[in-house]
Amino acid sequence: MGSDLLFYIFGAVAVGASLAVIGQRNPIYSVLLLILSFGALSGLYILLDAPFVAVIQIIVYAGAIMVLFLFVVMLLNAPHEETDYDERVHPLLRAGPTRFGVVLAIGLIAELWWALTKGRETGPFGDGSVSSVAAIGRSLFTEYSFQFEVTSVLILVAMVGAVVLARREPKSEGRP
Amino acid sequence: MLTLVVFVMLLSSAAVMVYVERKVAAMLQQRVGPYLVGPRGLLQPLADVIKLMFKEELRPLAADRFLFALAPIISATAAFSAFAVVPFGAETTFFGLLDTPMRLQVSDVNVAILVVFAIASMSVYGVVLAGWSSNSKYSLLGGLRASAQMISYELSYGLALASVLVMANSLSLTGIVNHQAGTWLGFIPRWFVFIQPVGFLVYMTAGIAETNRAPFDFPEAEQELVAGYHTEYSSMSFAMFFLAEYINMVTVSAVATDLFLGGWHGPFLPESLGWIWFLAKVSAILFFYVWMRWTLPRYRYDQLMAFGWKVLLPIAAVNLLATAAGVLYFGL
Repeated sequence: MGSDLLFYIFGAVAVGASLAVIGQRNPIYSVLLLILSFGALSGLYILLDAPFVAVIQIIVYAGAIMVLFLFVVMLLNAPHEETDYDERVHPLLRAGPTRFGVVLAIGLIAELWWALTKGRETGPFGDGSVSSVAAIGRSLFTEYSFQFEVTSVLILVAMVGAVVLARREPKSEGRP
Repeated sequence: MLTLVVFVMLLSSAAVMVYVERKVAAMLQQRVGPYLVGPRGLLQPLADVIKLMFKEELRPLAADRFLFALAPIISATAAFSAFAVVPFGAETTFFGLLDTPMRLQVSDVNVAILVVFAIASMSVYGVVLAGWSSNSKYSLLGGLRASAQMISYELSYGLALASVLVMANSLSLTGIVNHQAGTWLGFIPRWFVFIQPVGFLVYMTAGIAETNRAPFDFPEAEQELVAGYHTEYSSMSFAMFFLAEYINMVTVSAVATDLFLGGWHGPFLPESLGWIWFLAKVSAILFFYVWMRWTLPRYRYDQLMAFGWKVLLPIAAVNLLATAAGVLYFGL
């Protein structure tokens, strides 16, 4: 009973916080609500008996990536989104976002439908628990090694791109 | 029950640390330190708390009201919750006071070491949000410095943790401590600090940077930034940041003891009294913290960044590689 109740609490927080992220005008609050949503997701992972995934979710998304994100938002110092829309209309109800959102929502519903009616998949972690770090590591470096390496190349490309974009032309040697 | 005991213990450890810090600072500067309140000034922390409680709570007019109130709460919560997974003694009945032996750990998680790391990475939000929401130049600069510093040193911190868990082949802090039981040649304790000296140094350096202590206390560098991210805070909300700093120190020291100094294992005492060893080791590290603060001058900010990325991180990475190779080929 306890874990059922926790599931509904975490689920409600995750959904509510995610909705609030897009319905929010202040980017800082959006970022913080996104962190809250990540936290609730990690709670759901713990309920699924996958504490490793839950902790990694916090470290990678809520910890590292969100700090960088917050950094950017703070440096831009944009208390409100600057738009050329009518400020009185709520951002979610404007013409462009509404149409785009409807398309996305339809896509999401179709995907959910497909995933839920497909039947249960029983992979290496189909019915066991994902709590073993060794099992995750082994399958990551054997069965999924290609995907793993491709992802790392992708991240390398992003890093090189960021360095190129951020680099100043070396006019004078000296301290940055 | 144990949770409450640990909570009170952490609170009082912060009070003790305030006293120790002021006394040690005074000793190093050839002063007397606090001596008026209570015998030898022992009640000084209590007087400090009462003073902070009765101070006026100020909030800048331009501050973001909600986040300004939330930031100290995040800091203090993160500081307290990290200790929940840290074991601080073997099972004990406290000289027969309890019927069944009790584990001295609030909750035994099998990924404890990662939980500590995750909560450490969340604690930066309290500092950053405090800096931003105060809407003051000094606070914002302090908050930005804090986030940059904590991101940079978190990597080395994580790699130092990883080199230990490769050796112990476990992510559970209890497992890591029990891996260090016994001795080599009958007299050298099997502590990881003797086979992982580089890892220990990296961990301690990154730990000092993570807790924003001198010589890495840039987020609150007094001479440049008034008081950094907590410039605009007063009364109890300031006290919460203060509390968080000291509790973070205690947590980093306790984790260092578990990872590198053999936790509650030590000679002369039976295992049920191991918490005495644990307390002694944590106190030694905490004294080292205070000693460092009053001995070393602060780095320059760009030196700090260069040191973190160009010296500490490569050392930690090479150390992890060497450890992994040693475990794989020589079965250390």
